[in-house]
Amino acid sequence: MTDTMPLEVLTLEVLTLEVLRYRPEIENEPKFQTYTVPYRDDWVVLDALNHVKDHVDATLSYRWSCHMAVCGSCGMMINGEPKLACHAFLRDYRHGVIRVEPLDHFPIERDLVIVMDRFMEKLASVKPYAIAKAEKPLEEGEYLQTPLQLMAFKQYTQCINCLLCYAACPQCGLNDNFVGPAALALAHRYNLDSRDTGKDERADVVASNEGIWECTFVGACSEVCPKHVDPAAAIQQTKISASLDWFKARLWPGAHP
Amino acid sequence: MDVISADIVIIGAGGAGLRAAIAVAESDPSLRLCLLSKVYPMRSHTVAAEGGAAGLIKDNDSLDNHFHDTVSGGDWLCDQDAVDLFVNAAPLELLQMEHWGCPWSREPSGKVAVRPFGGMKIERTWYAADKTGFHMLHTLFQTSLKYPSIQRFDEYYSTDLLVDDGRCIGAVAIEMRSGRMIAFHAKAVVIATGGAGRVFPFTTNGAIKTGDGMAMAYRAGAPLKDMEFVQYHPTGLPGTGILITEGSRGEGGILVNKDGYRYLQDYNLGPPDPWPRKKAMELGPRDRLCQAFWHERKKGRTIKTPQGDVVHLDLRQLGEKKINERLPMVRELAQSYAGIDPVHQPIPVQPVVHYTMGGIHTDIDTATALPGLFAAGECACVSINGANRLGSNSLAEILVFGARAGRSAAAFAKTNPFGSTGGANRGADAAQARIRTLFARDSSGDTVSGLRKAMNDTMESGAGIYRIEATLLESCRILAELRARYENVQLQDRSNVFNTDLIQVLELGAMLQVAEAMAHSALRRNESRGSHQRLDHPARDDGSFLKHSLATYRGAERPAISYSDVVITRSPPAERVYGGSAA
Repeated sequence: MTDTMPLEVLTLEVLTLEVLRYRPEIENEPKFQTYTVPYRDDWVVLDALNHVKDHVDATLSYRWSCHMAVCGSCGMMINGEPKLACHAFLRDYRHGVIRVEPLDHFPIERDLVIVMDRFMEKLASVKPYAIAKAEKPLEEGEYLQTPLQLMAFKQYTQCINCLLCYAACPQCGLNDNFVGPAALALAHRYNLDSRDTGKDERADVVASNEGIWECTFVGACSEVCPKHVDPAAAIQQTKISASLDWFKARLWPGAHP
Repeated sequence: MDVISADIVIIGAGGAGLRAAIAVAESDPSLRLCLLSKVYPMRSHTVAAEGGAAGLIKDNDSLDNHFHDTVSGGDWLCDQDAVDLFVNAAPLELLQMEHWGCPWSREPSGKVAVRPFGGMKIERTWYAADKTGFHMLHTLFQTSLKYPSIQRFDEYYSTDLLVDDGRCIGAVAIEMRSGRMIAFHAKAVVIATGGAGRVFPFTTNGAIKTGDGMAMAYRAGAPLKDMEFVQYHPTGLPGTGILITEGSRGEGGILVNKDGYRYLQDYNLGPPDPWPRKKAMELGPRDRLCQAFWHERKKGRTIKTPQGDVVHLDLRQLGEKKINERLPMVRELAQSYAGIDPVHQPIPVQPVVHYTMGGIHTDIDTATALPGLFAAGECACVSINGANRLGSNSLAEILVFGARAGRSAAAFAKTNPFGSTGGANRGADAAQARIRTLFARDSSGDTVSGLRKAMNDTMESGAGIYRIEATLLESCRILAELRARYENVQLQDRSNVFNTDLIQVLELGAMLQVAEAMAHSALRRNESRGSHQRLDHPARDDGSFLKHSLATYRGAERPAISYSDVVITRSPPAERVYGGSAA
């Protein structure tokens, strides 16, 4: 290393990071590697990882970009809990070791990088886009939507796809085909949007056995959500709505497609 | 090397790249389209834009107003034909986003709401609370899933363009999960890779904003335009550089110095009352606000903190309800990362590098100097932003020019054949050889982080808010030295799977090229205009410099700087007026 570490770093309090490493070309299975990092009151776990990457071990791989909890890249298990590394402050882990692992319930691609192909498929499967029966020409202006109508779904637009909810959800660990909290919440978001008429097109996936009915309402998804999306509420609301649709279709045939 | 052929390759899947992809798919679903990005689309930095997107929608406004605000905001360096096109197209693009489901904030009537923004005469900034970029990016990404012809290649890092016989005929990329290189042969290529704020040490920009696309185009022979114009945003959080949106001043936030004094009134931006007044005080343009901070610091009127000097952004008069409704993310960010609640305390802020006005030189149709290559968004310079971008113009720009790039590329692909396979193969082999050299190199050279820090430091000291010939010369000298040392930079990780050390080495190479284009363009511009302020040339000099600068790559040599005319159609250069005298 040709750059020298600043002196103050050497004199400050330090912390121990235990990071799960897995390089499929080198190691047969994941194993922990320990790093010593300086403690700074305003640092988050991501800063500590960047310190390792820049000054200790350039071979450590992880995803990150915005450092402000909005791009969703840096989800990791931190002392066993799914967290955004850019939003987990060292000051909350001051005494003891910080253990950093890739998100649970996903295959590991490399070190802290998970394979997220299945999630991307699930997200697309719920048709997460506005479906309008008759598209209004742009020249006629915007669809009117009152603040109250916006409020009905706004919360469910806040998902950053960080996947913490998939790591927290026990069903996601048991059944890889479960559509999962973020994708179901997103479907609910469009279903609730006053501009959208696509609920029935989404029902095939959303109301299937591997959609909402796979959820056992543990609620862990909502507890770990850094954006307070509350996917558990979205799923329970969808269950009620789907049940009503089921009864309607049987009690009043023809009243509902 | 494996080869994938497509009609169109788009590099970058942020706002501009996704909008371009949708435009291609809508113009002709039979066109084969590959959308490459070094990150998953929803990680792109459009996600971090907060305040809003400008476009005419209200009856009290006019296209002329938006045009004149933009041209004077850019200190007359904007191409006025491009600005006219932009202000005309922005409203329909924003409406299109509304139809696609973007959760714009609303008036009680159900109509889209707008808020005031810096340098804008009338409130015309559409917003989705203070997460406008986030909602636009996710709306575009989710909408893109409707189009089967958009084939995504997520986490593919593009290294080089393929060029043959003076035409762009594709690109080479590394599939990050395997380390495998793939050649994409294409009839047309669109670059939409965003800006390069990471060449500076203190920036709002995410880690991914390393100017890769700018550098790729530059190396391939397309000049970079107006690279000396780098925007500082006046309100970043100390330490992290996290952006506190201009929307917070649009909603009524004020800036005060250590004496609690609204210092902007001392810099031709007052009087402070009545407030808020458009184009005045806290709603002045970003360049002027950052320059005012610099002077306040020099006068000793800023507040000293361990993370440097700050002033206070005070939102308390807005009240908790309005802050929660309009600025929820600002509150959350200030609480998490600065430990203060803006409902009860002022937010410490300081200027922070935010945006590159310059970029790949394009014409009004997004075509670069290289036939077959198009560019849009922050990586490009059309130019609608001139010497200083107005806040909320860039989110509209990525839609207007992203869509235009998609349509231009589609038209080009329909009328041009594939380039020569031999030429493409030669380019791909050269790109692969460059990577192999890195893997074969011994490990005695500089580290990536060491070189990056040296680059960051010299950009800060030489090419900051105020510049002067002596320090710019020094920055140019150091950047040349760093580029030479880069030829021996260490690659410590020699593995193939998701090798972020390799990506960082390549990103650093791109940043050094972009930084050099910035520093040399700044050195040669002996005037002060917009965000480019020279202490040794404090006046604007329209006689010599009402011109775009063009930096052309010359390998290991320093870039060649030449100039081209600015398009002036109906607004002759005049003095920029803000404060009480602004109409």
